[in-house]
Amino acid sequence: MSTLPDSSRRNFLKLAATAGGGLLLGFNWTSAGATTPTVVSEAAFAAGNTDFNSYLSIAPDGIVTIFSPNPEIGQGIKTAFPMIVAEELDVDWKRVKVVQAVLDKQKYERQLTGGSGAIPHSWKRLRQAGATARQMLVEAAAKRWNVPAAECTTDKGTVTHAATGRKLGYGELAPEAARLPVPAEVKLKDIKDFRLIGSSVKNVDNRNIVTGKPLFGLDFYREGMLFAMVQRPPAFGMKFKSVDATAAKAMAGIVDVVTFKNNVAVVGKSTWQVKKAREALKVEYEKEGNLESTPDHDQLFANLLNSAEATVRRKDGDVAAAFATAAKVVKGEYQCPFLSHSPLEPMNFFAHVRPDGVELVGPTQTPELARTETAKLLGISPDTITLELTRMGGGFGRRLKADYVLEAVEVSNLVKAPVKVIWTREDDMTGGSYRPAVRYRFEAALDAGGNMVGYKLRGVGINAGNPTRENNFPSGAVDHLLIDSVEHQSPITTGPWRAPITNFLAFAEQSFLDEVAQAAGKDPVQFRLDLLDKAKQAPVGELKYDVDRTRKVIEMVAEKSGWGKKKGIFQGFSVYFSHASYVAQVGEVLMVKGKPVLKKIYAVADCGVVVNQSGARQQVMGGIVDGVGHAMYGNLTFRDGAAEQTNFDTYRLIRINEIPEIDLHFVDNGIDPTGLGEPALPPTGAAVANAIFKATGKRLRNQPFSEQEVYKGVM
Amino acid sequence: MAAFKLQINGRSYQADVEPDTPLLWVLRDHLGLVGTKYGCGIAQCGACTVHLNGKATRSCVLPVSAIGAAKVTTIEGLSANGDHPVQLAWEAVDVPQCGYCQAGQIMTAAALLKQKPKPTAGEIDAAMVGNLCRCGTYHRIREAVKIASTKTK
Ligand code: FES
Ligand code: FES
Repeated sequence: MSTLPDSSRRNFLKLAATAGGGLLLGFNWTSAGATTPTVVSEAAFAAGNTDFNSYLSIAPDGIVTIFSPNPEIGQGIKTAFPMIVAEELDVDWKRVKVVQAVLDKQKYERQLTGGSGAIPHSWKRLRQAGATARQMLVEAAAKRWNVPAAECTTDKGTVTHAATGRKLGYGELAPEAARLPVPAEVKLKDIKDFRLIGSSVKNVDNRNIVTGKPLFGLDFYREGMLFAMVQRPPAFGMKFKSVDATAAKAMAGIVDVVTFKNNVAVVGKSTWQVKKAREALKVEYEKEGNLESTPDHDQLFANLLNSAEATVRRKDGDVAAAFATAAKVVKGEYQCPFLSHSPLEPMNFFAHVRPDGVELVGPTQTPELARTETAKLLGISPDTITLELTRMGGGFGRRLKADYVLEAVEVSNLVKAPVKVIWTREDDMTGGSYRPAVRYRFEAALDAGGNMVGYKLRGVGINAGNPTRENNFPSGAVDHLLIDSVEHQSPITTGPWRAPITNFLAFAEQSFLDEVAQAAGKDPVQFRLDLLDKAKQAPVGELKYDVDRTRKVIEMVAEKSGWGKKKGIFQGFSVYFSHASYVAQVGEVLMVKGKPVLKKIYAVADCGVVVNQSGARQQVMGGIVDGVGHAMYGNLTFRDGAAEQTNFDTYRLIRINEIPEIDLHFVDNGIDPTGLGEPALPPTGAAVANAIFKATGKRLRNQPFSEQEVYKGVM
Repeated sequence: MAAFKLQINGRSYQADVEPDTPLLWVLRDHLGLVGTKYGCGIAQCGACTVHLNGKATRSCVLPVSAIGAAKVTTIEGLSANGDHPVQLAWEAVDVPQCGYCQAGQIMTAAALLKQKPKPTAGEIDAAMVGNLCRCGTYHRIREAVKIASTKTK
């Protein structure tokens, strides 16, 4: 297995080396375009005249090249996609090369990394592509040997006819296979026969990463390229008024200073020169909206929680009656702050706006959006825009937006030169699109037997849209239920952040259910299982989750963690369904010198078939580390519309000495794969908070935990 | 602007830059050595870690004028064939997720093992604490440093 940094069509052909007469098969891993794989001619491929977004080639030397178009952000797609194709093709992984596709005139529908959607979206199609090629190779061999295709078998890139002891490599068969009709129907492997899928395959870019090769957007350099930094308004609610750029323009290496929208861009010959010159700008701003501060938000939340103007998200039964006749009512409120995405590679993009079209290069989770927005901005056809994806130094949702791409386009258009726009860490942290701050109020009505018969949730958020997931658990398990929300619109910009909404809703909800279980005098795990029984036997309204899969992860994590059987260790439980996957966790806390210390997290994940063990384990472990880190330390506050934390000295991220041990298991159920990049994060906060509650008797109601009373003076 | 002679990865380079330019940007913008990454610019994340006379150093806060005759090693020059025990261990453990922080992690780990070939778990954490990994690959980093330490003489 090797990886090739180059990505143009021409280079793919060169690398695929089908010129000597190999097999080039086009296919779609999305639902757009032709549905069956087809043999493609090199000429059609080179001209971009096909209906396909992915290609698979088998060269005469037997090397298989897969042209994989999904943006790589660290979720392992670039490795997992070709694994699925190679599995059905029955080829030796060492003989597979992977090339990242360019976004061109092809239909790259859903060429984006977000919502843990990439693998589930394309599972069947990728398998079909591999199986089609395999079947064509088998038929080519059968024809040559004059034997029935059904008697031939494949293994590691060869076709064998056991009865006559004959064997040929795929490379030798590829030219003949290319002339055969594409089979209308192919048989996919039985999951039991998977050899590559479910094994541990290493990230295909490892070699380049550990040797420091240029891979990321920020690593893109080109002769004659200019560098730009953009001065944006200093606070949300301010707008640009005027700029005096005399001093900046006089500085070494500065080529131009241009303004667009509310921004001033300094353009020059090197990163450091434009950074220094930007500091010499004298920009005046004026107020255009509210300049909000964090203490205002706290007050605002209190008001919104009592607002009469809520949007009802779900209503089952008669909530008022259930609460009026309840034996016991439990109430709890939970709040989470704004968070920055802070991928370690800050925002950046390269643009070259030419009279005949636009060239874009850089890291984005949504290349198609970047392209259509560029077209809109310049009033040109998207067909004249090419976009080359680089590897991304993380994204966490931040790179779903195209704002920083458009900045590069604006600046290149104004200075008529190729430009790379670079954000400093400070730009990245203060420049917006945060995880929104939200507050929740929960109320539960218990009957005399401690059963939850009524449930109310109000979510209030700042630019958070609907901060609830009204059809998730416990909906469906409670007879009388009301979920509603109120939104405050603010100049502070927000956007999706890894596991949007559920990243904080899960903490609040799973902490509250822990409270309710305690009030009901029930074990927290048993309490959930009882609710699931109810959802199974007498479901109320719509259910978005699978009761049996939820039950399975709960029971498995309870068993793995020795739930309730340990002495001197305080355990907290949490389970959550998001992005079509199920994850249950148990956090373990020890008291050290009177303070709770998180030692370990047990996790059980059901994300269907695990394609790549190594990648999957890291996704889940990374998600848990992320969940612990942000629950413990993450906090972005505002004063007069400006973010108060500007870099990692004040915005605390989790470090190596702060991680818990993680004991991780996957449910092996053969179900088609579902999301993996996100679902491990949501349950983590409550697993930790509930364990801390067990240890200290103190309920953590707000994030970050490190600033709550249990940690006062020690964090 | 001034001309600075630099000893990097056993070769000599010349850079015509302002004296306050951090080594990080000299490497990236002027010398084409982009393996050293920018993450924070204020010595908080470790993405920019290089070796200065064998010691792990944050190149984002090191002005080029302060380097003098000191020998600089970057990820590109850590080993001739990318086969430093730390690099090999990183591959064996499949450490990288997005990969952006990893050059810095590797440089910090390599400097630690040079100083202390058999570090304890606590010493590994203490050495690596200045390197952020936003993807949370810390468990694998620990494991890879341990494996590399068994291969370091
Ligand atoms: S970039 Fe130098 S420590 Fe972060
Ligand atoms: S691997 Fe992404 S920041 Fe470390």
